[in-house]
Amino acid sequence: MSYVAIKAENLSKAYQLGEFSTGTLSRDIQRRIALMRGKEDPYLKIGETNDRTSKGSSDIVWSLKDIDFEVNQGDAVGIIGRNGAGKSTLLKVLSRVTTPTTGSVKIKGRVASLLEVGTGFHPELTGRENIFLNGAILGMRKFEIKKHFDAIVDFAGVERYIDTPVKRYSSGMYVRLAFAVAAHLESEILVVDEVLAVGDAEFQKKCIGKMGDVSKGEGRTVLFVSHNMSSVQALCNQGIMMQYGKVVSMGKIESIIPQYLSSNKTREQEQISARTDRKGNGKALFHDYSLVNDQNDTINTFIVGKTCKVILGINITTEDPIMHFHVALSLMDSYERRVANFSSEYSDNFDYSKLKRGMNYVELTIPHLPVVEGIYTATLYSRVNNEISDWVENAFSLDIENGLFFSNGKLPAASHVSVLIDHQFTIS
Amino acid sequence: MSANTTQDWDIELKPQDSVFNLHLKDVWNYRDLLWLLVRRDFVSFYKQTIFGPLWIFIQPIFTTIIFTVIFGRLAGISTSGAPGPLFYMSGTLAWNYFADCLNKTSTVFRDNASIFGKVYFPRLIMPLSIVFSNLVRFSVQLVLFLLFLTYYLFQPNVNVHPNLFVLLLPVVIILMAFLGLGLGLIITAMTTKYRDLVFLITFGVQLLMYATPVIYPLSAAPVKYRNLISLNPLSGLVETVRYGFLGTGQFYAGAFAYSVVASLVIFMLGLVVFNRVEKNFVDTV
Repeated sequence: MSYVAIKAENLSKAYQLGEFSTGTLSRDIQRRIALMRGKEDPYLKIGETNDRTSKGSSDIVWSLKDIDFEVNQGDAVGIIGRNGAGKSTLLKVLSRVTTPTTGSVKIKGRVASLLEVGTGFHPELTGRENIFLNGAILGMRKFEIKKHFDAIVDFAGVERYIDTPVKRYSSGMYVRLAFAVAAHLESEILVVDEVLAVGDAEFQKKCIGKMGDVSKGEGRTVLFVSHNMSSVQALCNQGIMMQYGKVVSMGKIESIIPQYLSSNKTREQEQISARTDRKGNGKALFHDYSLVNDQNDTINTFIVGKTCKVILGINITTEDPIMHFHVALSLMDSYERRVANFSSEYSDNFDYSKLKRGMNYVELTIPHLPVVEGIYTATLYSRVNNEISDWVENAFSLDIENGLFFSNGKLPAASHVSVLIDHQFTIS
Repeated sequence: MSANTTQDWDIELKPQDSVFNLHLKDVWNYRDLLWLLVRRDFVSFYKQTIFGPLWIFIQPIFTTIIFTVIFGRLAGISTSGAPGPLFYMSGTLAWNYFADCLNKTSTVFRDNASIFGKVYFPRLIMPLSIVFSNLVRFSVQLVLFLLFLTYYLFQPNVNVHPNLFVLLLPVVIILMAFLGLGLGLIITAMTTKYRDLVFLITFGVQLLMYATPVIYPLSAAPVKYRNLISLNPLSGLVETVRYGFLGTGQFYAGAFAYSVVASLVIFMLGLVVFNRVEKNFVDTV
């Protein structure tokens, strides 16, 4: 019978926004004096936006707000949510880097946190010395590190360089060594932030495998934050979904991931023209989009194998002559993998001299849509005269439904493949 | 899960802990880290230097030469009859340990912000490791001083009389560590918010040295300043070390007792202030 390893009750964490102190005593005094005399704060920063919450009148933001959850011993819990949902703050509180503002967390067992690989590595020390130092920083006793030393070196694959200062290591070796130390922690609870983004694919696989061992084989509890839904799915059996500092739902990971993916969709219904989180010089701005089929009827979903068109409304705001124009659309699948990139650079008859100041409509045609069913998002990108003019990530989402691709009507399962390529098998 | 409500928890994370709860048990559990940090400081400091650990000797020798020339020969400040090099060395021996502890601990939050922001361990480990790694340097300097002392003792007509008060040295060193650590902890806690206090430190430590009888005997200080200098808890400690080794000056029991009390108070104050700030400094630094 497993017990509760982590129990959070009414957990909240507040941060004060903006400048609560200017950082130097003299300026703080100046500011006090100015405010006392009824003048404006001379050091107040203007133009700071916080798009995480709707504008509040108070300058306190709750990164975590009244969170309650329990984690059973032995569970591997994936914490998912958009940027700014409070995942990292939660990990910081759990790993005791910072304290909650209200509420409490009760923990059974030792906690080892891996918010970063190689914390405390010293470049001048050898690999051997750093293993001991890093292990101790992560909470291991010396004898524990000794016990695992050979396994750590073996896992990292750095036997030859173990007595070389780590500043001479390649970045890959450095990361491997750092992760190897953390992977051999003897703690009951392991808290892992998105640290696997580093290292090569082979090593990432090895790490995920090792962390899987940790949670499944050795009965340890793992809390894991990642944006990579495929590794969350591979590693975790439970999920906690967070949004705006609250736990929105928790349960089996199989049911949490689809919820997360569909929650992404709702946000992207926002008008493209209203988006403020865009990059570029603004000389050409994406305004709206519509999806049409080959009959030019407006549709809501694309059908696999059919001809699909995306019409993009682009507002040319510059008066400069357009010497060159380039528009592109990247299609990302629900695991945030880029499946395809459609670009006007590859089109022969994209005549940008027709563009005029004001609204223009650009049409992208994809014949025989060759991707599997699912929910996709599109990122839009444009360049005017070789400078980025607009760049909107997750500009809109796209439902793609099954249709006729191969002539016999069969299709592979969407979980197995991403793209469909027309082909034939024959026996000669 | 309701059956588990009575289970005992190992850790409970709460917003406000008593500032007097210093988590000393936690510090003890991390003692291996303490030694590894001391080792790291020592090894990394002398890596890729030509003379390596010899620098520990070179630094005090140069300081002694400079002090002997400037304060002894040029300024002609009294050494109460003791040989110049021994006088200055005994002064700087105790002083340097304090100053090193203070300088390094006063920036401990800033220097370790990246580590503190990523992993938990009792924060006190960091400043403690500084105090201990400075102890290594102190011991080497002590050996050097003892070599000089022995040399002078075998010279004829030298006014050097080590006495039993030398046995107070370990106590003095502990008090120096308390003072340096305590002040450093207070300052580092304040510099998480006010960076400019750091500049004050480099300058303040210099000033403090002149307010301590390091390069002059307390007896040589003008009478009107003597009381002021005696208010400095370091004065009693430096004078005690010098009296124990050289027999010059005097041992003032009252001054020593004052130093003991002041050191303990500053140390406790430093611990409490540090403890208060360490919890959430990650959010402000």
